[in-house]
Amino acid sequence: MARIRSFFLQRCVLEVDVPLLSRFATTEPAIESFRCTYRGPGSAAGMPLFLQSSPEFFMKRLLAAGSGSIYQLAHVFRNGESGTRHNPEFMLLEWYRTGFDHWALMDEMDALLATVLEGFLDYRPARRISYRQWFLDETGLDPWNDDARAFRSFYENRLGPAPAGMGDDAIDPWLDLLLTHWLEPKLDAGALFVHGYPPSQAALARVANGDVAVAERFELFLNGIELANGFHELDDVEEQRRRFVNDNRVREQSGLETVPYDVHLLAALAHGLPESAGVALGFDRLVMLAAGLQDVAAAMPFSFARV
Amino acid sequence: MATYSTNEFKGGLKIMIDGDPCSIIENEFVKPGKGQAFNRVRIRNLKTGRVIERTFKSNESVDAADVLETNMQYLYNDGEFWHFMHPETYEQIAASEAAVSDAKKWLKEQDTCTVTLWDGVPISVTAPNFVFLTITETDPGVRGDTSGGGGKPATLETGAVVRVPLFIDVGEVVKVDTRTGEYVGRARD
Repeated sequence: MARIRSFFLQRCVLEVDVPLLSRFATTEPAIESFRCTYRGPGSAAGMPLFLQSSPEFFMKRLLAAGSGSIYQLAHVFRNGESGTRHNPEFMLLEWYRTGFDHWALMDEMDALLATVLEGFLDYRPARRISYRQWFLDETGLDPWNDDARAFRSFYENRLGPAPAGMGDDAIDPWLDLLLTHWLEPKLDAGALFVHGYPPSQAALARVANGDVAVAERFELFLNGIELANGFHELDDVEEQRRRFVNDNRVREQSGLETVPYDVHLLAALAHGLPESAGVALGFDRLVMLAAGLQDVAAAMPFSFARV
Repeated sequence: MATYSTNEFKGGLKIMIDGDPCSIIENEFVKPGKGQAFNRVRIRNLKTGRVIERTFKSNESVDAADVLETNMQYLYNDGEFWHFMHPETYEQIAASEAAVSDAKKWLKEQDTCTVTLWDGVPISVTAPNFVFLTITETDPGVRGDTSGGGGKPATLETGAVVRVPLFIDVGEVVKVDTRTGEYVGRARD
């Protein structure tokens, strides 16, 4: 943590500390926020609040307010996520660079990790590959053009019967399945940036409309483990509103509770977000990798089983 | 039929896979940060003993397998079935050769075995970890050689063959580890 702070101090990136509780939550269908209730002055009936799954909404509001580049070591919460690589409460190193696009941010991540991991891991700048090329290389399938049935038969031919409840209309669950069961396990030791995600997985990233639409989102895998996720930040308020609304529609269709989306973030985007890129890195997984541990719980002083 | 959610998965849980009862050996939660969560499990088919991997979407439900592991006393073999008795209810069941499988060469009358029942039918039998069996056939004992080096094959009363030290003779009772099939020692009276 000291190395991270000194890295950003030298680069004049301001440390911030935003709330963990908010009236709003992420709408992302694959992330469940913890729900809690405030009762007291100002709210006799009880006000629903959410433990934040990421400090991203607050931090983007700071950017819009003119903070300049900022970072934070933030505790975040995700309901339902517990395993050897997951703890329902964990720490993100989240940072935003104004004036950066996602390529410049990847360069800075390489610099940060080389500094922070010195003496633990011999970190070499990450190889870079597009999401599309990664799938083409490993499966021969194209996430932009092949359909769910093609991914199903690839999985069934190599890994056996597909999980029940996987439909043939949506492709994203199949991409996630192959990514976790086929692509990730084949990763070598070392670092890999995967960039250019399908627009359906854009989250808060801009979508570039070239020959094919590509989300300017990237992830970092280190020694085969997903470590960080970043965006060239979406600054279009109407697009952001559409994504919030669409996420909630997907939630309804999947039988999940809808969540109130962050109107303050929309107001901030309407006011104007500076050109920026941001990334979130799992701090506990970084410690796990640095210490050569197999289980993220071993990298935490008080893992979920001990709280 | 009872079901389990993937959130109830843990080692030892008995579930139905492809129509066969299985036991979970290992359960791993797998999820891309922004994507679909899965439970990747290693499971043992309780009928065949085979271990396979299978993946479920998290929060899906899976049929529970009505599997019971029970300690029963081995009675006799009638040539086709191996008969066991519950020590308290005296209820008797007959296990097929497929269910008894490798355990049969260790089964001695009145020994207590673990019998796995699926819907009340025995699908597998596990012999006690250690059995005491009399030697029915082996080369004559070499008196004084307690080195244990080399050893020799010996046939036991149940038909199993194990390697025993040279000084062991026909008629002696030896202790055998059924998990490894190895001689452990002479029985003490």
